[in-house]
Amino acid sequence: MNKKSFWTKPGFVSLLSSLICIVIGMAVGFLVLLALGGSKAYTDGFRQILLGGFYMKPSGIGKEIVAAAPLIMCGLSVAFAFKTGLFNIGAAGQYTLGAFGGLAFAILLNAPWWVCLIIATIAGAIWGAIPGIFKAYLNVNEVITSIMFNWIGLYGCNTIMYGRGSGAMYNPKQSKTFAVTGSSLIPSKIFGWDMAKTFSYSSCTIAIFMAIIVAIILYIILNKTTFGYELKACGSNKNAARYAGINEKKNIILSMLIAGALAGFGAGLFYLSGGAQWIPGDSTALPSEGFDGISVALLASSNPIGAIFSALFISHITTGGGFMNASLFPPEIADIISGIIIYLCAFSLLFRSAIMKLLTGHRKPEETKPENPPKGGKPAGKERA
Amino acid sequence: MMLMLKYALLSATVLMLVALGGCYSEHSGVINLALEGIMVIGGLMGAMMLNILPETMAAGLKVVLSIVVAAASGVLYSCLLAFSAINLKADQTIGGTALNLLSTAIAMVVVKRFNGTQSAKLSYDNSAFLFKIGGLTVNVFLIIGIVLLIAAYIVLYKTRFGLRLQACGEHPQAADSVGINVYRMRWSGVLISGFLAGIGGFAYIVPAVQTWNFEVGVAGMGFLALAVMIFGQWKPGKIALAAIFFAIFKSLANIYDSIGWLNALHLTKEMYNMMPFVASMVVLAFTSKKSRAPKAEGIPYDKGQR
Repeated sequence: MNKKSFWTKPGFVSLLSSLICIVIGMAVGFLVLLALGGSKAYTDGFRQILLGGFYMKPSGIGKEIVAAAPLIMCGLSVAFAFKTGLFNIGAAGQYTLGAFGGLAFAILLNAPWWVCLIIATIAGAIWGAIPGIFKAYLNVNEVITSIMFNWIGLYGCNTIMYGRGSGAMYNPKQSKTFAVTGSSLIPSKIFGWDMAKTFSYSSCTIAIFMAIIVAIILYIILNKTTFGYELKACGSNKNAARYAGINEKKNIILSMLIAGALAGFGAGLFYLSGGAQWIPGDSTALPSEGFDGISVALLASSNPIGAIFSALFISHITTGGGFMNASLFPPEIADIISGIIIYLCAFSLLFRSAIMKLLTGHRKPEETKPENPPKGGKPAGKERA
Repeated sequence: MMLMLKYALLSATVLMLVALGGCYSEHSGVINLALEGIMVIGGLMGAMMLNILPETMAAGLKVVLSIVVAAASGVLYSCLLAFSAINLKADQTIGGTALNLLSTAIAMVVVKRFNGTQSAKLSYDNSAFLFKIGGLTVNVFLIIGIVLLIAAYIVLYKTRFGLRLQACGEHPQAADSVGINVYRMRWSGVLISGFLAGIGGFAYIVPAVQTWNFEVGVAGMGFLALAVMIFGQWKPGKIALAAIFFAIFKSLANIYDSIGWLNALHLTKEMYNMMPFVASMVVLAFTSKKSRAPKAEGIPYDKGQR
């Protein structure tokens, strides 16, 4: 039997390949900055991206933490679906529904924050389950369904919130929804420590800890329970799973439902912390957290614990991007970096086998688990994209 | 009614062009989810070109030059998809998604930089693209669209290239065994789709308005085009009909307030915007079971695999 060394474990190899993606992505970002700002590329742009929130201590760190919580959740949402062989590109729509549900209960009913959070989760879960049902019973690929329902959700929620300018949740003076107040806000104190005060950033709440706890729970579900095993079995080989007596349809729907719930929970964490107010008039842009979740999941190779760190990284560079000298460098440069990282992650298998070759001389990892992304094509090409 | 026809023709042209692009790519065996992103890049480059060209230049030349630039940038951008999906055997869905996200970011950075301000809006003069037939304003893309539709039918069904292309999407191993270079065919499929989607993106933003805000990208048109392609069963003729069907839904959002009985329904603009997406879901739900998708699409071709 082969002795397993730490250096050739699949986990370590994926970590290395993610780091390669990050380094290349950052390098391209730096080149873009060079092209735009020449000699100022480092001092006015790249330094801010590298430092992230630490560029403006302590409020920048607070901002980074606030943005990281929904990213962790969206990353988990995408990662969880990946494990079942599904690509949840609909996190953005589920996030929208979560925000809508949470805000409705917070603004209209002034319900306690945990009630609003549960509502946000349920709203996201419903929106996630729909593509699952379409996939399981009607054989429509979840990617297309999720994309369509992203837009349907966005237009629908905005119509209700805006209500021709007189919606109950809409504050015409600011063209945003009303601010969440009182007991509907997630507390910022934990064991007597006031996070908002430490980081002098008022929306810095215990949301980040809730996100981390959920990540750990998911890790346990996926790796230590029968349910998690069944889900992964469906992802690895649908036909083998069915042969083994696993109800594949049920698992597809459940997996999408949970993925949706995670994204909705993330939206709740962000909006109930007062991270921002929803802008219903802006009905052309889906929330970016949902798509950043894809980068988070891919960078983490769908590992829930890894998602915590990759979300912090994405939040780090986006926050840093906001601190760049805006007259020279548009903050969207951070999005370019994360876009390139996803692009590279798409063929990270190539990096992995190259790393393995360097480390051991063999091309294949010791344990070949067909994890994220669901291997190349769809089995037998029966279903429709 | 004229107004509705105008908007419906406008969207139908765009949806058809882009869906035809997707059709080439999928027939070669590559799922092109990046259509949306390619549209953004094509639209961006075309509009920038239009903005840069001197006002005194002849209208016809302006039209030709900017369309060529839009198409060329679409082709260039689609190379990224082709390279990752064909040569590196990457997951096509993820690669396409990455390109979509990247395109909006690139467009915003480029336009903001071009303007020298924080605004992602770009203005241009679109008068060269429009002309009138009777009381109806149409744009040159309608003609281009019809020509390319006929071309697509001939290329896909009547030429050696088209039949070989389809073979690579149905059974690449068999195609390879009779000496067809699968990689080269798939590359051509993706590049043609980049060409069409580049023009499609330009056709979406230019004829309708004189200023485009690139923050919105192309607002889901690329994905609607994918639905059009599926509804059209990967066949050019049916795609054209499907595009018209979706375009009518799409145009309702532009004209509902000028049609009495629609206005009386008291629906908001958002709800009309939502309609094409709802329609596409309903259509997909009923058509997917007997889908005629190319069999090998989405599966990277590996020469060594048995």
